[in-house]
Amino acid sequence: MSETAIRPRLVGPTAMERLGKAAPLLLAPVLALAGLAAIGNPSVWLTLTVAGLAMGLMIFIMASGLTVIFGLMDVINFGHGAFVSVGAFVGFTVLAWLSGWTQNPAVVLNLAAVFLAILASMAVTGALGLAFERVIVKPVYGHHLKQILVTMGGLIVAQQLIHVIWGPDAIHVARPPSLQGSFIVGEAAIEKYRMLAVAIGLVLFLAMRHVLRATKLGLLVRAGVENGEMVEALGYRINRLFLLVFMAGSALAGLGGIMWGLYQETITAHMGSEIMVLVFVVVIIGGLGSIEGCFIGALLVGLLANYMAFLAPKVALVSTIALMVAILMWRPQGLYPVVKAK
Amino acid sequence: MINTLLSGDRPNSRMLALLLIAIGLCLAFAPFLFPGTKPLDTAARICIFIVLVASYDLLLGYTGIVSFAHTMFFGIGAYGVALALGSLGASFLAILVGVLAGTALSCALALAIGLFSLRVKAIFFAMVTLAVASAFAVLVSQLSSITGGEDGLTYRIPRELTPAFRLTDLRIFDVRIDGRLLAYYLIFFSALVLFLVMLRIVNSPFGTTLKAVRDNAFRAEAIGYRVVRYRTTATVLSAAMASLAGALLAIWIRYTGPATTLSMEIMIDILLMVVIGGMGTMYGAVIGASLFILAQTYLQSLMASAETATRGLPLLPDLVAPERWLLWLGTLFILSVYFFPDGIVGRLRNRG
Amino acid sequence: MADALLTLEGVHTHIGPYHILHEVSFAVPRGGVTMLLGRNGAGKSTTLRTIMGLWKASRGTITFDGRPIQALATPDIARAGIAYVPENMGIFADLTVAENMRLAATGGPFDARRLAWIKELFPPIGTFWDKAAGTLSGGQKQMLSVARAIIEPRRLILIDEPSKGLAPAIIGAMTAALKQLKDTDTTILLVEQNFAMASALGDTVAVMDDGRIVHAGAMAELAADASLQEKLMGLSLEVHQ
Repeated sequence: MSETAIRPRLVGPTAMERLGKAAPLLLAPVLALAGLAAIGNPSVWLTLTVAGLAMGLMIFIMASGLTVIFGLMDVINFGHGAFVSVGAFVGFTVLAWLSGWTQNPAVVLNLAAVFLAILASMAVTGALGLAFERVIVKPVYGHHLKQILVTMGGLIVAQQLIHVIWGPDAIHVARPPSLQGSFIVGEAAIEKYRMLAVAIGLVLFLAMRHVLRATKLGLLVRAGVENGEMVEALGYRINRLFLLVFMAGSALAGLGGIMWGLYQETITAHMGSEIMVLVFVVVIIGGLGSIEGCFIGALLVGLLANYMAFLAPKVALVSTIALMVAILMWRPQGLYPVVKAK
Repeated sequence: MINTLLSGDRPNSRMLALLLIAIGLCLAFAPFLFPGTKPLDTAARICIFIVLVASYDLLLGYTGIVSFAHTMFFGIGAYGVALALGSLGASFLAILVGVLAGTALSCALALAIGLFSLRVKAIFFAMVTLAVASAFAVLVSQLSSITGGEDGLTYRIPRELTPAFRLTDLRIFDVRIDGRLLAYYLIFFSALVLFLVMLRIVNSPFGTTLKAVRDNAFRAEAIGYRVVRYRTTATVLSAAMASLAGALLAIWIRYTGPATTLSMEIMIDILLMVVIGGMGTMYGAVIGASLFILAQTYLQSLMASAETATRGLPLLPDLVAPERWLLWLGTLFILSVYFFPDGIVGRLRNRG
Repeated sequence: MADALLTLEGVHTHIGPYHILHEVSFAVPRGGVTMLLGRNGAGKSTTLRTIMGLWKASRGTITFDGRPIQALATPDIARAGIAYVPENMGIFADLTVAENMRLAATGGPFDARRLAWIKELFPPIGTFWDKAAGTLSGGQKQMLSVARAIIEPRRLILIDEPSKGLAPAIIGAMTAALKQLKDTDTTILLVEQNFAMASALGDTVAVMDDGRIVHAGAMAELAADASLQEKLMGLSLEVHQ
């Protein structure tokens, strides 16, 4: 007893601190193991885990922009879902134009078509982000209530415009032939498209991390999240930085939209606002403004949603809310609260 | 007398006062002024939405917090009555049980959400309520054995409130005094009382504190007000009122389903009504709800004829199609947040 | 005051409904240390923030090197050659010391000789170069904040209470470092409550109270005139203690 009483005094604080920092990182593996225990069958578990990771990474792509936008400028964009929907519809249109490539069984042509669709989606939603920021968000900087209302208004208008342009009905989006079907690993069937989604998501996460850690632009974003005023006092125009981030975040939402559309194989004008529920849950779990938190939150939500859809399909969405509540009870500001210098 | 009823909160604009009196009279005598099923239905909806929108304004306008869970509370109230009528039979006792149970559940949920998310940041609240409300809506449509799922519930209401019931064979202004008329007046007077209660709440010391908290939470905290407690109380009150409005709707339309109570569309309608009518004034709810529902009912047919008239032109028919009326409302909404943040009521009051 | 680098003339600043600065006028001569003294809430920090464009002057002119800057945005003011060390130090806790310095060097890569000089002035900068700035002690953070302001030559440095909350030993080191900086002919506008530090560094002085300038002149004159000190510094809480 006396031994354990002394030890924490010597190394306690740092060890506890380190554990506190690392604890969120353990959550996703712990959840995956708990899932294995609850599901029992390893090949079912593998299928669900890959599905969960794919879903989580797609949500991460959509959520990352939102959380950085908030961190940097204290702006919360309830219209973020509009970019998801628009991205999906633009991607669908491009894929339809390229039907020669998408119906061809050649893998290269299929991937090229998807790649072009993604590029087009990101370009359009990025440009739309520019307009959205200038016209809708900029006049209400620093005013949360109006931001919520105005961006919600923007969402309504955007959804209606999608109806005007693409018609009111849900549209079926077929995956190119080489992205249909599954790999068989042991007894587990793993959908090819999910593997592609995981790959794109991981590459994006790593690229984003690299930009944030190793480039001056990334340093500016991180510094701006912490203390925008000081970034300005050093001589950088934070408004321009923010506009850039807003456009990037919108483009990422568009990318998430086309990927989600291909995942669900159906797109509607409301798909964005529907997925926003999970996006918000992820952003809250991660801590508003934190990319790492957002990543972990997205994986947790993706895995949990897929496990629960198998174990108890009726309460799948409620389980993610329960997860959010549990995390908030543990850490009221989310996993990685962003400390604002003020 | 009138001053007491209005809790001293006068319209402060002749135009506004006239408008309010006109709306009040129209609603009070709707069955006689506008005979027919559709006008009466519209009038009842206006009454119900005035309560619903006013209760939302209690949060948005007076407390400065945005909730997306208002339809959840509205729905809980409606489902409470629906389930009670379904299981206990068509009696007034069942209605009472349903109202009490629904309101209690709403208050408990609102308390939990409020304590949870208002502690941290007001902006959390908007996101948390959005997530919780969506999850609730999905849950309701999944648990179809209890709630009827997407199809919802139909049930019988006490016979005294149905068209088959005759209070007297006498006709007043050629209008039959039947159960439907009684039901309308039940809705009308309930809504009136609830509205006056809310008017009293916002003009009480509690309401004044709410506004102080809204305008400067930091300062209110410094003076010694428990900001979280005030905000949470407002959330609970507003949820209770929304539930009661939901109960009224359940009685009136004799049907409760996700589309009429829980959907995001209704949440957006409420937002539009509050902002266009005028945030932070109870009268804004009256104006907003009346105009919006009249527009919803009658403007859409106007748009339909515009669509027919512009047929053949590119894009234009799509833009004026009645299904697209949210496009124009959304634009109006954004413009009013920028240029008329006080809505119609604020506008009228500023003109003196 | 022909040789003033920075001149404030009749500057008023409002923050929300509050009128903080009234008719503030003073000049910062080229190549020396100007002290801005006064008690808490006198408006010193607001004056620095107004110069930096972080609050906008509602009236009056601020002239920097012959050019009016009161209408410029903060980044443009910074790029005109003014560095700012805020009261809360404004370091980026999540970034390393090196990254903090890198952002401060807006012109590009570090000037090796200047960096070596800074590491000599403030040894912890070198020692903790790759550590997260948030893990530094209060004094080290203050050093980093000043180091950031001087990593590239700036024409004017605004420093807000560098002694605040620091241990006396560190205040001594900070004073010595600022003295060295002063010897490089850098113009400094320094807000201080610590009169010892002020009299050791200052060439000219302006004293504020209640959002107004109540005295302006040479530091030596104020340091020598005990009755004037009593009259003005009676306002300063620091001297009462």
